[in-house]
Amino acid sequence: MPGAVFDEMGLSDHEVRNAYATLRDWLSETPPEVLSLRREEAETFFRRIGITFAVYGEGGDPERIIPFDIIPRILEAAEWRQISAGLVQRVKALNAFIADIYGPQEIMRAGIMPSDHVLLNETYRHVMQGVQVPAGVYTHISGIDMVRVGPEEFYVLEDNVRTPSGVSYMLENREITMRLFPDLLSRYNVAPVDHYCDDLLKTLSSVAPRNCENEPTVALLTPGIYNSAYYEHSFLADQMGIELVEGPDLYVKDDIVYMRTTQGPKRVDVIYRRVDDEYLDPLAFRPDTVLGVAGLMNAYRAGNVNLANAVGAGIADDKSTYTYVPQMIEFYLGETPILKNVPTYRCGDRDDLLYVLERIDQLVVKEVHGSGGYGMLVGPKATRAEREAFAARVKAAPEKYIAQPTLALSTCPTFVDQGIAPRHVDLRPFVLAGEEIRVVPGGLTRVALREGSLVVNSSQGGGTKDTWVLKD
Amino acid sequence: MLSRTADSLYWIARYMERAENLARILQVTDRLSLMPSSAETTGSEWHSTIIVSDCEEGFYSKYGDATPEHVISYLAFDEDNPSSIRNCIETARRNARAVRTALTSEQWETLNATWLELPKWSETRVRGSGLHRFLDWVKDRSLLFHGGTVATMLRCDSYHFMQLGTFVERGDNTARILDVKYHLLLPEHAEVGGGIDYYQWASILRAVSGYRSYHVLYKEGIRPWHIAEFLIMRDQMPRSLVSCTAKIKDCLDALGEEYGQRHDCHRMAGQVYSQLRFGQVSDVFRQGLHEFLTQYVEQNNRLGSEISRSYLM
Repeated sequence: MPGAVFDEMGLSDHEVRNAYATLRDWLSETPPEVLSLRREEAETFFRRIGITFAVYGEGGDPERIIPFDIIPRILEAAEWRQISAGLVQRVKALNAFIADIYGPQEIMRAGIMPSDHVLLNETYRHVMQGVQVPAGVYTHISGIDMVRVGPEEFYVLEDNVRTPSGVSYMLENREITMRLFPDLLSRYNVAPVDHYCDDLLKTLSSVAPRNCENEPTVALLTPGIYNSAYYEHSFLADQMGIELVEGPDLYVKDDIVYMRTTQGPKRVDVIYRRVDDEYLDPLAFRPDTVLGVAGLMNAYRAGNVNLANAVGAGIADDKSTYTYVPQMIEFYLGETPILKNVPTYRCGDRDDLLYVLERIDQLVVKEVHGSGGYGMLVGPKATRAEREAFAARVKAAPEKYIAQPTLALSTCPTFVDQGIAPRHVDLRPFVLAGEEIRVVPGGLTRVALREGSLVVNSSQGGGTKDTWVLKD
Repeated sequence: MLSRTADSLYWIARYMERAENLARILQVTDRLSLMPSSAETTGSEWHSTIIVSDCEEGFYSKYGDATPEHVISYLAFDEDNPSSIRNCIETARRNARAVRTALTSEQWETLNATWLELPKWSETRVRGSGLHRFLDWVKDRSLLFHGGTVATMLRCDSYHFMQLGTFVERGDNTARILDVKYHLLLPEHAEVGGGIDYYQWASILRAVSGYRSYHVLYKEGIRPWHIAEFLIMRDQMPRSLVSCTAKIKDCLDALGEEYGQRHDCHRMAGQVYSQLRFGQVSDVFRQGLHEFLTQYVEQNNRLGSEISRSYLM
């Protein structure tokens, strides 16, 4: 991996990369005051329509907005073709893997993955063993986190196949760019993203239970207004024209799920659930959950309702499963992986652990089940004391950690207090899998607003950018 | 439509209407307390405000006496009072956030902006003339919200549930405001029908934005039985009990038609409406104005619970 940071516009080389030439011209002819003004407008817009995101455990504003950087990130058509093909391939393999785990378990018999890794994994759901899900689809909505380190080099950092969020930002960011910078947008030929919600509804409807006779009734199950992604839940339900339900709105009778409406009970066929497995059904999982619906798992297993994503899909996005994905692609599809994995050390493995502890100052160490940038150590940025404390935690429970080299994440021009400066970015494209697999050309670009920072998570002070995929 | 969504819409409307009516009650109280008689009956206006807003228990468990500062603090800002203006706005906005896709963007943005501005008003800022600026702001925001509802919402079940909330609450509040007069003490030497009595009745009319309208309909000046008739039985007066009940009945009829099913609440609404529509003010006074209003508030409450039972749970 190259040590130097790759800037997607080419700021560091004094030579602008093709796709960015028009943007650079536009930036140089637009005075900074105008940019500041537009940024304020963008913030007012987000605040007024209430696009907010809650950050836990920090006090302060419970409904804060994620900073929006007004300078778009641009991906060329050829770059996107490669990414998109790689995403489809990867999601197919992940889905095949889950179907295998809850079915014949061939990957374990072939000796590629140890059975302990699956059967002792916290994300493995025994209740799903042998269950037939409609169309054999488990990963209806995936968000694949990627980083770029060179002109041709994209790496997958993490797969998210449980309840990935962020797609509403992809859509709203485009919406606001269209309002604020129509002149810039019209100089480019940018692939639209606003059919995402149509595609999502088509995907969900295509996996209705086999015994559903009429147009399927789809509902989005949210944990409620206190969930950090509540805005996104209501936004997606609204765009799809489906009901946004909470646990108490639903009940199960004779293994059929109904919602309580002003006109009496109405049967529900497909639930796009944004509630984690453990909270879905107090009879099957945590008995203290108030977010779920008693009896839902029985209805699901009886084939009377479908859940997206499938229960137990988490086995495929566990950070330690991640290391097996290239092998899965070969095993299930007989193909060579198009997108690369970042070299990853499993601390549960004794040799890897020794390697990690020796080089902890050069590595990023993550909790296998952590998310949102919590529970991780960025070796080179940490103090000696932080590293030592973290090393002690890893030694106490090594199987809970993995480590990766610190990648030189690419940078994009970003409008910060000091003016326009390069900041590190990542990319989360979204893949929809129903009867067919669809990838919307774009994704959520997250940007680390602090100079030099590599942590792009919104819970850690990251912002977002509109992501443009150009058409040929 | 989800019952929970309907329930939230209904309560958004009720809470916004309640905030507005509390502002109206506080305005009339403040006005009454400025009257010359006030020195002799100190505190009676503020005490009566606590009674009509139905929060005697909560208030007196916190404060020994009903001073203007205590009452304003409790009714406008107190976090422990579930019906304080602040809590009404917070609750309305919280409900709106939960069902925002059922609202038009105008409705949501009005509520959200109201909620965002709310922290600017503090107890210290409403001292003196600040009080009226605050109360006017509350009324403005509520009127803007209702205007947005009427002007932008599709006429379907969600609209009817919001209207139901508005009119169940408004009927309740008009009855309570009219009942303020019963709780007000006249100073010992003042006669019924005398100057002070007159000002008290006039203030009640102002509280329901009915001072001018009253004079359009009644040429003989302020007469208690006319005022009672005006606020109870005149359908030209949009805040009168009969107007509110007629609206409730209309909304329920529309829902019955849309859903093809009628419930107990339809019968009850018809019953309350015909009492008001075909009753006479002389009967009201024979029964006693206070007794009549108390009975109305109870009936209206029962109707509210019946609506909940039929649609909202």
